[in-house]
Amino acid sequence: MKLLFEISSKGRKLDLIPPCDTEEYSFNDELLRKEKLRLPEVSEVDLSRHYTALAKQAHGVNDGFYPLGSCTMKYNPSLNETVAGDKNFTNIHPLQPAETIQGCLEVLYQAKELLCEITGMDDMSFQPAAGAHGEYAGLILIKKYHQDRNDHKRVNIIVPDSAHGTNPASATMVGFKVINIPSNENGGVDIEKLKAAVGEDTAGLMLTNPNTLGLFDPNILEITRIVHDAGGLCYYDGANLNAVMGRVRPGDMGFDCIHLNLHKTFSTPHGGGGPGSGPVGCKNILKDFLPALEVAKNSGGYYFYQPEKTMGQVRSFYGNFLVVVKALTYIKSLGKEGIPEASGNAVLNANYLMNRLKDYYDVAYDTICMHEFVLSLGRMKREHGISAMDIAKGCLDYGIHPPTMYFPLIVPEALMLEPTETESRETLDQAADIFIELFKTALKDPEKLHNAPLSCYITRPNETEAARNPILTYQFENDQ
Amino acid sequence: MASYVVNTRKQQQQMLRELKLETLDDLFVDVPASVRLESLNIPQGQSELEVYHEMSEISSKNTVFKHIFRGGGAYNHYIPSIVNAVVSKEEFLTAYTPYQPEISQGILQSIFEYQTQMCQLSGLDVSNASVYDGAVAAAEAALMLQERRKSDILVAETVNPQLLQVLKTYCESRDVKVITVKAIDYAVDFNDLKEKLNDTIAGVIVQSPNFYGLIEDVKAISELTHSHGGKVIMHTNPIALALLKNAKELDADICTAEGQPLGMPLAFGGPYLGIMTCKKELMRKLPGRIVGQTVDTNNQRCFVLTLQAREQHIRREKASSNICSNQALCAMRASVYCAALGPDGLRQVAKNSASNAHYLARKLMEITGFELKSTKEFFNEFLMSCPIDNEKLVAGLAEKGILAGLPLGKDILWCATEVNTKKEIDNLVEIIKEVL
Repeated sequence: MKLLFEISSKGRKLDLIPPCDTEEYSFNDELLRKEKLRLPEVSEVDLSRHYTALAKQAHGVNDGFYPLGSCTMKYNPSLNETVAGDKNFTNIHPLQPAETIQGCLEVLYQAKELLCEITGMDDMSFQPAAGAHGEYAGLILIKKYHQDRNDHKRVNIIVPDSAHGTNPASATMVGFKVINIPSNENGGVDIEKLKAAVGEDTAGLMLTNPNTLGLFDPNILEITRIVHDAGGLCYYDGANLNAVMGRVRPGDMGFDCIHLNLHKTFSTPHGGGGPGSGPVGCKNILKDFLPALEVAKNSGGYYFYQPEKTMGQVRSFYGNFLVVVKALTYIKSLGKEGIPEASGNAVLNANYLMNRLKDYYDVAYDTICMHEFVLSLGRMKREHGISAMDIAKGCLDYGIHPPTMYFPLIVPEALMLEPTETESRETLDQAADIFIELFKTALKDPEKLHNAPLSCYITRPNETEAARNPILTYQFENDQ
Repeated sequence: MASYVVNTRKQQQQMLRELKLETLDDLFVDVPASVRLESLNIPQGQSELEVYHEMSEISSKNTVFKHIFRGGGAYNHYIPSIVNAVVSKEEFLTAYTPYQPEISQGILQSIFEYQTQMCQLSGLDVSNASVYDGAVAAAEAALMLQERRKSDILVAETVNPQLLQVLKTYCESRDVKVITVKAIDYAVDFNDLKEKLNDTIAGVIVQSPNFYGLIEDVKAISELTHSHGGKVIMHTNPIALALLKNAKELDADICTAEGQPLGMPLAFGGPYLGIMTCKKELMRKLPGRIVGQTVDTNNQRCFVLTLQAREQHIRREKASSNICSNQALCAMRASVYCAALGPDGLRQVAKNSASNAHYLARKLMEITGFELKSTKEFFNEFLMSCPIDNEKLVAGLAEKGILAGLPLGKDILWCATEVNTKKEIDNLVEIIKEVL
């Protein structure tokens, strides 16, 4: 398909802006840009058709089943979009006087109250723009806490080997040293290894529970106690909260701070890679260090204030506000019964699908799973030469988005499936049939899977060449 | 109550039975009994109509200003209809990061087009797929330049204060020293810059147009900085790049920008867009997603996420940044915006904004007590004295549906864009006369 630059035709344009009715200002010539600006020159119909064509080569939740593990690809309710499109939200300048932004402040305040109750935290900031950004802010909370107590020897963050890649990367960004600990044979935290790893240099532990294997760690209370006893704090990676929301709270499990992914658990759309929202929540012991600015309320209304020992800002203004609007809309829709109903059904759907597949595929941990489960194609690869990648690419020919591939890293040839609660039994049955069909194909016609997909707009791309010889922008003809 | 759960109660019961379980609670046996929640202490769920009413009730407590003369990091530009139409397409809206290129060419190609457009604007070689916002882009750029024994960052005091705050947070957490360069006449003080430049300086961050709207002498800053072996991060307004000298012409090494003016609504501060472009030599240090061109097995052109060896999911604690989700849909907004305007349209937006701002400045100066605080060239924002308590002026104008410039100390930072017509500016000036 052609690029915008290839459908461009000199002189074509949209009539968007009226001529200037004030006197034209002329800048000193030496300030002016001399370099040619090669933006596309197109008509509105060109543009409209271009993106409609591109949309046909994209796949969203609304295009079909999207069991991308760890990403909670649930349905994004239309009401969320309607509310976030309200002019009374979209046309508000972030630096308006406090009395003119009471509605926006109320959104942040209500969302904070509700999400603190759901997570068992005492306070929350919406400034982080995505999950990894929330991790970053949460780890600074931990760093500031120890510094504030003049406890400068706590430089280590313990991370299980099943953790999301963002966990160790965030710890490094905050200047911590990462201590990786292996999982036990049940996929949980190895208690003995944890005991051996904690000490006077432990700043904290980062954990997601249920973990990336889709397992709820039954030792969670002991785990957080061990870290606390050593003087460390416990950080909860909220990426997997969809499994347990309304049923158990990170705060009650012993976690001191958390981040949430509103674009996963709270149904805001992911937009092909953002904008998300990664609020950071914490217990009272950490709230003085939260990012500036926090929302509070008194008799005069809502207002911003700087937490006493704030870490400062991690982003301009107050975060991805419209995403918070969508999440608040969702929480108000579900309410106290809807939230555990959603998590219960997310877990039910995952177990149902796993149960249908486990006579064919090797399940990494054959026990009741939470919202997701992991298949291992290790044996399949050895015996039939079919990899996780081959099965994933095979899914594409059946119109379903493949599971997460090769993650978690501790499972060979991993495929991680998370169906979410917004899929029906019929969809799960169809998907199970497709996976079983793929399994059978792997045994009798492996070549077909090596060549998959065959029905998409492209076949498998040469990723090695893309990295070896990077072409990262359109090469205009007269550049060459 | 809406839960968007699809399975009926009956189906749920059947599915549980097939799993040899009785209730949903049986799925949570691993959760210690002592921490199982009885029920959440939040309100009952509601129907769509009730939630819609409740949220409309909340939003109506905001004041939407009909006339906006405030910038300070967020700008009120016109958003062409086609921008909203494109980003509302559910194939884009409801997709995850394009991990599967065979069914994500639409998103990957649009990011590739975005990267190309951002490089066209800045004049530099490489762009990533976006970061969270402009301030984070500048902070991440500072972290790109870290070398052993060459790690300190100089930052002009004239950058947006929010940028400075974010930069300090990012650098402090990595033990990177941030040193501010003083301002003279609201622009970089070259004497102070010369004094502070030495071979431990990894980079200098300068914003142009700066927080006060003034055009900084980035070229001279680049020359000085390069002579000490440091790199230059130019932070800018992307609209200005269509009219004023770009990063390449000013010899900057990295160009970062707040992309909000390119088709994003004000939206109380977000979602916005962090634009990052750099020279080719820094390509492998650039954080975030990057899309590259390649071919498929049929030798057909296609696009993939590339240079992933920099990223957290591969490198974990050794990654160039922790960023995973970025602002993809905002990048698409920027791309559609730039394509809709085209080179002439974007230049026109820049020109009209600057012309309207200069007209506003001239008209305000006709009133005694409004004086420009600097004689330097400005783009579409300018700092002026105020003959009365500036908060009083802001409150007086607010009553008339006008959002005045941003009060800074005793002064006001005014802003105009292409949406502020001559009539609107004349009206503002008349109302100010009444308020005084």
